[in-house]
Amino acid sequence: MNNAPGPWPTAPPGRRARPRTRHRRAVANTLGLVFSAVMAFPIYWMLLTAVRPAEEIHHSPPKFWPGHLTLEHFRRALDTPTFWANVRASVLIGVGTVLVSLLIGTLAAFALARFSFAGRKAFVLVILGVQMIPLAGLIIPIYLLLSDAGLTDSLLGVILTYLVFMLPFTVWLLRGFIAGIPAELEEAARVDGCTRLGAFRRVLLPLLAPGLVATSIYALVQAWNEYVLAYVLLSSNDKQTLSIWLVSFQTSFGTDYGGLMAGATLTALPVAVFFAIVQRRVATGLTAGAVKG
Amino acid sequence: METADPPRPAAAGPGPGTPGGRHRRAAGPRPRGTLRRAGRLTLPYLLIAPTVLALAAVLGYPLVDLVLLSFQDMTRKQLFSGTSPPWAGLGQYRTILSDGFFWNVVGRTALFTVVCVAATMALAMLVALLMRRVAPWVRMTMVGVLVAVWAMPIMVAASIFRWLSDADYGVVNWLLGLLPGLDFSKHNWFADPWEGFAVIACVVVWGAVPFAAVTLQAALSQVPPELEEAALVDGARGPQLFRHVTFPVIKPAFVLVTSLSAIWDFGVFNQIWLMRGGQPEKEYYLLGVYSFIESFAVNRYSTGAAIAVITVLLLLGGAVVYVRQILTMGDAE
Repeated sequence: MNNAPGPWPTAPPGRRARPRTRHRRAVANTLGLVFSAVMAFPIYWMLLTAVRPAEEIHHSPPKFWPGHLTLEHFRRALDTPTFWANVRASVLIGVGTVLVSLLIGTLAAFALARFSFAGRKAFVLVILGVQMIPLAGLIIPIYLLLSDAGLTDSLLGVILTYLVFMLPFTVWLLRGFIAGIPAELEEAARVDGCTRLGAFRRVLLPLLAPGLVATSIYALVQAWNEYVLAYVLLSSNDKQTLSIWLVSFQTSFGTDYGGLMAGATLTALPVAVFFAIVQRRVATGLTAGAVKG
Repeated sequence: METADPPRPAAAGPGPGTPGGRHRRAAGPRPRGTLRRAGRLTLPYLLIAPTVLALAAVLGYPLVDLVLLSFQDMTRKQLFSGTSPPWAGLGQYRTILSDGFFWNVVGRTALFTVVCVAATMALAMLVALLMRRVAPWVRMTMVGVLVAVWAMPIMVAASIFRWLSDADYGVVNWLLGLLPGLDFSKHNWFADPWEGFAVIACVVVWGAVPFAAVTLQAALSQVPPELEEAALVDGARGPQLFRHVTFPVIKPAFVLVTSLSAIWDFGVFNQIWLMRGGQPEKEYYLLGVYSFIESFAVNRYSTGAAIAVITVLLLLGGAVVYVRQILTMGDAE
């Protein structure tokens, strides 16, 4: 009795399952492609608007395929008087922030990953808690502090501020990367006669390089994208960053969407390239950090 | 000769004992180690010192200053003369908390956060689940699109969505006009704040889904296949399987991403600022914008500070969930 029903529940699903899973796979694939198309459309539309002449932009109904191509909008965007100064400011702020935060952050991350010390938990709490503070809430006192120190309208002031907001994330991300490198490797190097610093430099640092690259690009992107603080702190036109340039572009050109989309493309381009290079590592670093606490 | 044999097994005796022996050898150079141990005790503190100092100077000090400022009455006059502003006690808080408009803004911010977080998490969860079912090339496409969207700067995203929802030539109006019985030509999405916030929520969700989806997908890949197979054999199906088997495994990541998005969405500023061209109307104030405008447009720095303090306090709810989740994960290690 018990054995009799055995064969038939297994057999029919075996025969039916294949077309059914194939059908399911097809539905899933379609859904996935539709989702990708919807998500990608705004980016596609930005690129398309940036390279098509004004008549085609202001065409109703909208055309969804490229017709005539033009670089006129890009030329107009590049010709704005402060563009290259703004690029320079963005690059200086980004690179400055990243270098200092990596230098300081690696040390702290190393302490967190390799030592247990009194106050470690408190330090972790601070690092995590700081990420919670909305930057917009601190603009006023930071502005007052920097104006006391004479650092408003100076790139250094912006770098200092960004540094503090990137640092917790940098430490947390690097801690995950360092924790993923076996401590035995450094111990072995020290048994072989390396000093602690030598082991750090010769063994840990080369292994940490991908993590450093990922972290630095992540911080670079954050600095590149930030708007409010730069807007409040930097008043000279030639010291402002690209985000501010993009916003001013929008207000000064009204509804010149061709120019705006060209400007948006130029602003997004470096970030998109960098991001494409490191996103896998950042994602694994985040999850490693999350899983390994 | 024959008696030489028995000692051999005895000589093998120390074999299992070697770990103890090695232990003793490691503990051997203790006299020399005390100096090193002192160095080892201070080393971690030296390593974290720069970070702690930087955080204290540029974050801790302003945070204290923010709280102090909210108990004072600072205006443009004090900013330029450099004199210290007069104390106002709880005056700022009393004015704000008794203002109906402030509570309006709080309610609006809370509603906006809930809607955005719910939409982000639901969409991201569905996408992450979908990514396990699709063919590899479709998954590659999805990951590529997600990364591209993830990389878009907020200001760029806001510009694009402003263009998409443009009254005259926006694609959205044209698309909705295709639906029978709807006329969206020249429809201004920002005339009605509800519709305006719908567009702003779209920008926020569009930008937030990639991070959430990629993190959840990474968490899903940690779910042991045997677990799900066993549940399938036991007769669990679809939603049941997800609720009782899959979800508990990814719950830590889910809680983490949810609390992070809540914190980000609650403090949203840039999207509103840009989509309203740097001059948001009163109907578009959320707490971040409100605090900023009170400080830098109206020059009532103390009122702005008090609003910021209240915002941070309200955020603490989300922050506690987030930090607790991370710490319990750490304890599990």
